[in-house]
Amino acid sequence: MSAQTLYDKLWQSHVVHTEPDGTALLYIDRHLLHEVTSPQAFEGLRLAGRKPWRLSANLAVADHNVPTTGLAQGIADPIARLQVETLDQNCMELGITEFRMGDPRQGIVHVIGPEQGATLPGMTVVCGDSHTSTHGAFGALAHGIGTSEVEHVLATQCLLQKKSRAMLVRVEGALGKGVTAKDIALAVIGQIGTAGGNGYAIEFGGSAIRALSMEGRMTLCNMAIEAGARAGMVAVDDTTINYVKGRPFAPKADQWERATAYWHTLVSDSGAHFDALVEVDGAAIKPQVTWGTSPEMVVAVDGKVPDPMAEADPVKRSGIERALAYMGLQANTPIVQIAVDKVFIGSCTNSRIEDLRAAAAIAKGKHKAANIKQVLVVPGSGLVKQQAEQEGLDKIFVEAGFEWRDPGCSMCLAMNADRLEPGERCASTSNRNFEGRQGQGGRTHLVSPAMAAAAAIAGHFVDVRELMSEV
Amino acid sequence: MEKFTRLDGLVAPLDRANVDTDAIIPKQFLKSIKRSGFGSNLFDEWRYFDHGEPGQDCSGRPLNQDFVLNQPRYQGAQILLARENFGCGSSREHAPWALLDYGFRVVIAPSFADIFFNNCFKNGILPIVLDAAAVDELFRETLAKEGSRLTVDLDAQTVTTPAGKVLSFEVDGFRKHCLLNGLDDIGLTLQHADKIKAYEERRRQSEPWVFM
Repeated sequence: MSAQTLYDKLWQSHVVHTEPDGTALLYIDRHLLHEVTSPQAFEGLRLAGRKPWRLSANLAVADHNVPTTGLAQGIADPIARLQVETLDQNCMELGITEFRMGDPRQGIVHVIGPEQGATLPGMTVVCGDSHTSTHGAFGALAHGIGTSEVEHVLATQCLLQKKSRAMLVRVEGALGKGVTAKDIALAVIGQIGTAGGNGYAIEFGGSAIRALSMEGRMTLCNMAIEAGARAGMVAVDDTTINYVKGRPFAPKADQWERATAYWHTLVSDSGAHFDALVEVDGAAIKPQVTWGTSPEMVVAVDGKVPDPMAEADPVKRSGIERALAYMGLQANTPIVQIAVDKVFIGSCTNSRIEDLRAAAAIAKGKHKAANIKQVLVVPGSGLVKQQAEQEGLDKIFVEAGFEWRDPGCSMCLAMNADRLEPGERCASTSNRNFEGRQGQGGRTHLVSPAMAAAAAIAGHFVDVRELMSEV
Repeated sequence: MEKFTRLDGLVAPLDRANVDTDAIIPKQFLKSIKRSGFGSNLFDEWRYFDHGEPGQDCSGRPLNQDFVLNQPRYQGAQILLARENFGCGSSREHAPWALLDYGFRVVIAPSFADIFFNNCFKNGILPIVLDAAAVDELFRETLAKEGSRLTVDLDAQTVTTPAGKVLSFEVDGFRKHCLLNGLDDIGLTLQHADKIKAYEERRRQSEPWVFM
């Protein structure tokens, strides 16, 4: 058999049937559900008189709409409350496992799947959320789906899919101090663009990726969708397997050896063919800051806001002009001179324990600057929150004037009460800087957790590497 | 799903690259548990000057007259002409639901984001990829002449301009079949129920931990 990519292996092992035009019926091992993209799917299922194909494949949690403060009072917004109650009701009626609000296991769907071991190497994982690419960090084939497909997976345990092309993003070299998986993700998107991965499944490889923790790999795969690729993935190694071991949904004693023997095969064979190769010098990556309204509008922290006059392509030039007008920025402004109003540390990209540790390391013994109106620290799950509190991170944040919140998606997309007001500028560890994403008229700059914490302390963007060398 | 065969429709040009699903339908409208009623909030932040909330009557809201869909000449448009990477961002199917509810049945662009592209086919919307030069030309023609229309024929896989120029496009055979016939693909998949069960049985043996 010819050399296969990791993607080839994951794809082939899940094909149930193939149509003449190559459209495949792909079996889905794990289906994660949340309140926003599932109600219409459950309704469709009910109207057609269908039942879930395999209950145990499903795991549900409310995350997008949940408040991050005053949980005991419930959700104030009646429309949002109805949506969460609808998920509760659907899961109860059908017998789907759900971590409800108040359960310590509740949190952002892409944090809790891996945390529980519900995401395993070799699986196909889908969810009605584009950041499902996160789970590819485990050597799984994971991607977001629409609500019609949520219904399709519920009813058939399968999806109709055309195979994507394969892209290898190879990052070699050791990352510098203060440079994180988030910076790799933003640097790659800056290089290939937000449409660069359209039609591809991306495998991230190279020595810089092998050196990342599972949490770093999740951050990276999470952002694959921002490069246009539905799926991002990283080959299985000991880091993967050590992370999975002992988690509640992970295979137990008698099956563990068998599982790990199989999982170790989930790597691209040497000589496997990729349709595209992107090479990145990991050692050259600096901390990244987005300046515009698309994740590809990004520069290194020691760079400047670009000048539209320097852009030859008229569509791109007008895009830059529109972005600068929306962001309230002047061309050629050094990034470190941009003052921020609010800071958000959280989201499925950067709300895990290592992210919180990185932010706390910067905030320790310091206080947010006078011009900073609010710093939200929103852990990815109740269990991340517990862990952070055991380590005393909450105290560091509170002493720095940051707000320590309950888990949820929060100000990544501002469906709950956490949002920017028009014109407010935010240093955010989330994944999208689209117009209005964090609140209508809000201005988002995407950064790593350490960079976000550093901006909170300084009141403007700073090169976190300089702060670290002081210590 | 409503079938799609042939459409002769008015074209609205949305001259921006990377139009994301947050722009197509902002997050506050995602709280709905229905599939319908999103049309009046399509492109809400660009269409109106005020902040929109779900359930609000939009008829009295201040309109941004500069926004293309608010211009009288584009009222009743059924074909949206767009730029690169249309529909990037979230997987929300509320985006095609909003386009459909507004009246769009076709979106033409040089490229689409994958999930959005897929979601269109599930809702009777035909997303058409044409090369950038052809899209440029369609923008020029649409802007030049008020009432500019296009004829889209899915069976023939063609877009025909008022001048009679015929542009061909690609579409997967299976998707085309489903869209032409308005087929419910869950029903189609369930015709393979025996294969799915047999597959599951094999995997239960080889990877039992997946089925715990």
